[in-house]
Amino acid sequence: MNNNFIKYLYGIADNSLILGQRLGELTGHAPSLEVDIALTNISLDLFGQVRSYFQYAAQLSEDDITEDDLAFLRTEREYLNVLLVEQPNTDFAYTIARQFLFDHFHMLLMTEMQKSKDETLVAIAKKSIKEVSYHKRFSSDWIKRLGDGTEESKQRIQKAVNDLWRFTDELFHTTEADEAMIKEGIAVDVKMLKDVYYKNVNEVLETATLEVPELKYFQKGGKEGIHSEHMGFLLNDMQYMQRTYPGMKW
Amino acid sequence: MENKKEWPLWEIFVRSKNGLEHRHFGSLHATDAEMALENARDVYTRRSEGVSIWVVESSNITASNPDHNGELFEPAQDKVYRHPTFYDLPDEVKHM
Repeated sequence: MNNNFIKYLYGIADNSLILGQRLGELTGHAPSLEVDIALTNISLDLFGQVRSYFQYAAQLSEDDITEDDLAFLRTEREYLNVLLVEQPNTDFAYTIARQFLFDHFHMLLMTEMQKSKDETLVAIAKKSIKEVSYHKRFSSDWIKRLGDGTEESKQRIQKAVNDLWRFTDELFHTTEADEAMIKEGIAVDVKMLKDVYYKNVNEVLETATLEVPELKYFQKGGKEGIHSEHMGFLLNDMQYMQRTYPGMKW
Repeated sequence: MENKKEWPLWEIFVRSKNGLEHRHFGSLHATDAEMALENARDVYTRRSEGVSIWVVESSNITASNPDHNGELFEPAQDKVYRHPTFYDLPDEVKHM
């Protein structure tokens, strides 16, 4: 059971870790000082959550590992985040669209995780949900501003939403480990969140005067460790310090 | 860059504790009041400096003209008797 539980934790934590890393790349590069601070604040919220999950995973593991080993020393195939979060920043529209599509999922996940049989997960969810509901507000507000903004902002955010839409279905896939933990009453059955997710997301898109993409084929693989071509570069950046100076601390 | 319009400026007031008054913390740019609140939350309260935020678009503030400082403020300078320094404040009275 422990192995499945640890894998389940990776899945949740890696989403926050990789998205946090993507947002961290924008430090000093966002369109304005205010947005710069907002995005890196979100990044730090996510890293804070990751620490809770990894500390817990390290505690459950029989190996002598730390949260840092999990964050920095796994190989690409061992990361179980969804493809959506590893997609590059590209421009502000993509950054916001990615955030928006993830935040709405994240919010539902944290809401349901509060009902888990595992007390630690309940505690993490209770703490995270306040952060996540702010993230969701921030990104949804930006979707509306860009969608209902200028002609150019509308066209750009629509393109970003259209482009990233194919990664949304994977949010609701489950792995074998997930299924085992759902049976234990510990994991959230994300399959059940799909309808309400698309309902919520579509509502915001409509308010933003954007079109809801119609798509039949979706991308998947991240949850099984099969990542897009962007992942290796991201990990290279993220792991560089720990790999060059093993055990280095601030 | 020639098309780049600056967002309007907003003045940010933060109350650091219940019971205290809102104080001017600084200013920032935002397209609307909602965004100004969100930006203020991120820029000024990320180290838990506040429990309440007010935002006011800077253009809505009427400021005194520095040229009029003489007539506005100097007459008060020789009226020390207006300061409450001639009697003792009890310790229980805080924030005076």
